[in-house]
Amino acid sequence: MPEIKVDEQRCKGCELCITACPKQCIQMSESFSVTGYYPAKFCKPEACTGCALCAQICPDVAIEVWK
Amino acid sequence: MLQVTKRPKSLIDVKMHYCPGCGHGIVHRLVAECLDELDICSRTVGVAPVGCSVFADHYFNCDMIQGAHGRGPAIATGIKRSRPECIVFSYQGDGDLASIGMAETVHSAARSENITVVFINNSIYGMTGGQMAPTTLIGQKSTTSPKGRAIGVNGYPIRVCEMLAQLDGARYLERTSVHTAAHVIKTKKALKKAFQYQVDGKGFAMVEVLSMCPTNLALSPRDNTKFIAEQMMPQYPLGVFKDAEGGK
Amino acid sequence: MGERLLMKGNDALAEGAVRAGCRFFAGYPITPQNEVPEYMSWRMPEAGGAFVQAESEVAAINMLFGAAATGIRAMTSSSSPGVSLKQEGISYCAGADLPIFFANVMRGGPGLGNIAGAQGDYYQSVRGGGHGDYRTLVLAPNSAEEMGNLPLKCYELAEKYRIPAMILADGVLGQMMEPLEFKADAVDPAKLKVPDWALGVNKGRARRMVGSYDLRDGELEKMILARVQRYKEAEEKEALWETKNCEDAEVVMVAYGIASRACLAALKLAREQGLKVGLLRPITLWPFPKKPLIELSRRVKSFVAVELSLGQMIDDVKLSIDCRVPVHLHARPGGVIPTGEEIVESLKKALKAGAKQGVLCCK
Repeated sequence: MPEIKVDEQRCKGCELCITACPKQCIQMSESFSVTGYYPAKFCKPEACTGCALCAQICPDVAIEVWK
Repeated sequence: MLQVTKRPKSLIDVKMHYCPGCGHGIVHRLVAECLDELDICSRTVGVAPVGCSVFADHYFNCDMIQGAHGRGPAIATGIKRSRPECIVFSYQGDGDLASIGMAETVHSAARSENITVVFINNSIYGMTGGQMAPTTLIGQKSTTSPKGRAIGVNGYPIRVCEMLAQLDGARYLERTSVHTAAHVIKTKKALKKAFQYQVDGKGFAMVEVLSMCPTNLALSPRDNTKFIAEQMMPQYPLGVFKDAEGGK
Repeated sequence: MGERLLMKGNDALAEGAVRAGCRFFAGYPITPQNEVPEYMSWRMPEAGGAFVQAESEVAAINMLFGAAATGIRAMTSSSSPGVSLKQEGISYCAGADLPIFFANVMRGGPGLGNIAGAQGDYYQSVRGGGHGDYRTLVLAPNSAEEMGNLPLKCYELAEKYRIPAMILADGVLGQMMEPLEFKADAVDPAKLKVPDWALGVNKGRARRMVGSYDLRDGELEKMILARVQRYKEAEEKEALWETKNCEDAEVVMVAYGIASRACLAALKLAREQGLKVGLLRPITLWPFPKKPLIELSRRVKSFVAVELSLGQMIDDVKLSIDCRVPVHLHARPGGVIPTGEEIVESLKKALKAGAKQGVLCCK
């Protein structure tokens, strides 16, 4: 089952991954991280195809994609 | 399970300091992927500019030099002519490349220096806090065009790829963007081609990347991607402007 | 080596650099040093190096910055207005501790000025020129032979201290033809050790960075202070000068470059007239030869600084001797060469009993 892991230390809550994901698997977290950003949260694991478009657009190398 | 995406080895494992949604983070990673995939990192020397990416010298796992504003292509010329076995790239913003450094840009292309230039065009000055760039659009507000860029006062924005294309020495010129994942993938292809040009000794290669600067455009990263799609791309059409190998 | 040649100063400068192991030259045409890039355009490829006619003096100094960062001996040259353009680049080289070598074949200024030899860029050369706290090694030839031999000294000093080095010459030296000998064997750059900070192929070692900035609080000061140690050592050890007839002199001329040649003519005339005068010729302008000046100031009546400027080097003469004795000025700005006769007139004024410090000649 493909999945992504978001590194909350690196994520700056820019939301570009949300625009990139074709399956709407990502949302912004409702709580902020230790760096003060609202990081991306993997919210629909069942829909993830491992396309890695989120990781492609992430400016912070904050997303790992596993297939 | 296999990891589909990995941090490239040529990208030093430090947190990116750039603003949320800034295109530099994306393009730094793509350049590093090219250095990995072409296996050239151990013989690459990169030139960091003045601008937000002055700190590029802290991100690439190869020898790096930080030089004066706009002079990257000249510095790269000095390095390449002295150490032709090295792969040399100059990473520059729109002020660095198209304003103060325009002469170096034009002449390194005219001389067809065997270097790779990565041109980040976000239509604004980042590091200095949002002044007008040579690529700022007509009507676009900036701290030095507070009412919007006006033709009478500030003239017209510059299309660098189109301008350089008429130089015989410019061998590979492509404009891409990083505002969607699909475009990021195309940018990677273009960068890899630009580095391959140098590996093959084919002369001057440049990729102009339309990029986000949410902080200084006072846009959210999402809205910045719309700005690129709706306003920048009509002014700066994407595409290949020169591919000497392809006969263009 | 050992062969007696007749060469133009500018050509000797270029040849001297190549013999010193220079294998990269970037420059832009400007009178009166056009012979330097012209010579390099054929000599550099012949020597296996690279020549680039840069799009401007700004581009040239930045090409030098890049080339020098790879550890090779590189050079650029220009004349006064072009050297003004280079100042930011020189500051970057100083801030990055790069041992660059460049030459300023001075002409009349300010502005476009004229194309005659002058000495109006002394301040620019030794007082920084570019922004920030740094020093440049400045060597001043006064003959075609020194034009040809000082480049090697420049590279050796620049590399020893990791400070930029320059030759400060003028249009007359650049254009005149004189017999000369290259005193040292030609350097084979392949035999030079690649510095441990040089950029290039990084296989098997940690990556390196060359740059001139550090934004972290307090770190730039540390960088500068580390450099100051090298400046102090250079000042202690590397001053070069020549004296003539100073043993019994009552008044000593201080002059460099083409002015010193005019002073040699004045010296001959003056001694023929029984005037007790001498000449101290600084060969390094930074470090300035303070020690011999201090020693002389204990026994001479006064000094006369002879300069093709409004008087710039004179400041360093006064500073060196703590203004112990008067330092007069014979100044000819705007690219005019003083004659031996007119300098002798100034010397006579200086020799007068009770002569107060002043400008003896500034037409």
